[in-house]
Amino acid sequence: MPLLQVEDLRVHFRTKDGLVRAVNGVSYELEEGDILGIVGESGCGKSVSALALLRLIPEPPGEIAGGHAYFEGQDLLALKRKELYGIRGRKIAMIFQDPMTSLNPVMPIGEQVAEAIWVNSSVSRREARRRAIEVLAQVGVPAPAERYKDYPHQFSGGMRQRVMIAMAISCQPRLLIADEPTTALDVTIQAQIVELVKRLQRELGMAVIWITHDLGLVARVARRICVMYAGRIVEIGPIKEVFSRPQHPYTLGLLASVPRGRTGRRQPLRHIEGAPPDMISLPPGCAFQPRCQFCAEECLQEEPSLVALGDGHLAACHRLGRLPVEALAPKVAS
Amino acid sequence: MDTNGAYILRVEDLKKYFPLRRGLLGRGIAHVKAVDGISFAVRRGEILGWVGESGCGKSTLGRTVLQLERPTSGKVFFDGQDLTQLGGEQLRRLRTKMQIIFQNPYSSLNPRMPIGRALIEPMVVHGIARGKQAQERAIELLQLVGLNPYFINRFPSEFSGGQRQRIGIARALALNPSFIVCDEPISSLDVSIQAQIINLLQRLQQQLGLTYLFISHDLRMVQHISDRIGVMYLGKLVEIGPTEEMVHHALHPYTQALWEAVPIPDPEVEEKRQVAILEGDVPTAANPPSGCRFHTRCPYVMPVCREEEPALVELAPGHFAACHLHKR
Repeated sequence: MPLLQVEDLRVHFRTKDGLVRAVNGVSYELEEGDILGIVGESGCGKSVSALALLRLIPEPPGEIAGGHAYFEGQDLLALKRKELYGIRGRKIAMIFQDPMTSLNPVMPIGEQVAEAIWVNSSVSRREARRRAIEVLAQVGVPAPAERYKDYPHQFSGGMRQRVMIAMAISCQPRLLIADEPTTALDVTIQAQIVELVKRLQRELGMAVIWITHDLGLVARVARRICVMYAGRIVEIGPIKEVFSRPQHPYTLGLLASVPRGRTGRRQPLRHIEGAPPDMISLPPGCAFQPRCQFCAEECLQEEPSLVALGDGHLAACHRLGRLPVEALAPKVAS
Repeated sequence: MDTNGAYILRVEDLKKYFPLRRGLLGRGIAHVKAVDGISFAVRRGEILGWVGESGCGKSTLGRTVLQLERPTSGKVFFDGQDLTQLGGEQLRRLRTKMQIIFQNPYSSLNPRMPIGRALIEPMVVHGIARGKQAQERAIELLQLVGLNPYFINRFPSEFSGGQRQRIGIARALALNPSFIVCDEPISSLDVSIQAQIINLLQRLQQQLGLTYLFISHDLRMVQHISDRIGVMYLGKLVEIGPTEEMVHHALHPYTQALWEAVPIPDPEVEEKRQVAILEGDVPTAANPPSGCRFHTRCPYVMPVCREEEPALVELAPGHFAACHLHKR
């Protein structure tokens, strides 16, 4: 049985302009110890679909409109709030893009980590403090005993993210959800944090869902990749398979639009025409159809569903197997 | 250096310090040395990429070059004229030749002004065109950046992020500039849109013979678009040279670390790669380290690095670096 099994997840937001189907029928599985990268552009539903697992969607205006999320056999979406406390932070932890908004600015960082440990396990305050220092050391905060009493503003962005990670892993969760944790960081600091999470993942054997818009980063971090567009999964599969043989025109376009060294001086990048759709009035049929260069009559009629292509690779496109993907696949150069 | 021919812009020992008030009544003033003694030149018709991490001073540099911020000291020669010595009217006249494209086109466009008027206004102010002629030029500009002229009377809020950046570009082009500072022009855009805007900037550069100073933290995009690249760290230019050299034969340990840190969008490559991680944090520009500012994080640090600031020297044709490892 997979660690996490998401089935037909739907999340809606009621706005004054209309109903936004932010997540519109998302299904995937995550095995123990696996690393799934979820990529997509802003508004594609990648963050919302992960927040919904822990019921962290503000309701209203948000609402989980349907689906199941089985974690260790329990449906997270059917649990009572109280039952959820036993899972949030203990079995599923989360780190966010901006640690400053998740840390308490007027509480020393050591105490915040210790509190997370104390709340989530039955240990004494003293033991929680000892463990907090240990876990701060584990995430690479230098001199954790001395810095225990320091406040978040005394830390750099990278160090604050380390503190957040310390809190997240303090109870040895089975699943860590990382929502763009390095987007606000500089490239050299980003590399530090990525290596840290990869090391902790190996040491603790936890599964990771890493949400990002950065295709380079997902190639570095993930073992499987899930590409989202307009609230739906358009392609999912083993990372090497999807990068070398992308099947959905959107995945293909994304991969081709990333610069990969100079393939010839001043050659234009391949780009996807148009812009992501307005989530309130999605186009008929396939949501990607207005931007798709392979769009055919059937694409305007019906929404395509995910089709298995073998080896856990799935894609949702009416024209699967009939696209000249080989000719368009990005040439790798350094 | 020949400023009238090959070089459109020459920057000499440019400094921009921002005062930082400390203590009661603002006594004991310290400074953030955002740009601290930078010299370089931009060739006519080239794209000079400019990279560095947040707070390194790269945006301040771009603004100071254009005199949107007046420098603390130093010279900026544009077409042979020292901009730092010019005031009011003279500078205003030269402004038509140098423009800027901002990161967030939405905050740089007036939300209550139809985009057509936003394009026409600078033309009228600078006496380039008016009336029907300006209207026609606005339509031309919209076509040039790939927008339907039909939208000329719409407001910025009616456009998507990518379209707004096209409007920002059209406005920068309205006065027929020869030099444009592109200040993080794609960082607020979605991945699929970034490539559109990069392609547009590249096409315009070739079509109109423009020169760009392209400031970005996205190293892969900078590599893609630039003829040469400059790397900044804590207010200093640490290395500058031709793109191929900068990517494959970087001389400064910081430049090397930057390239090392950038993920490669290929899982096969990433799997085999051992990333050499640069330790530590970026120090604050208000209190930079002594000697070489990079010495606190440098894997090759030597005693001299703590004492003495290395000078920027030419180590290969057109390739300059400021590092004690490469002393000649």
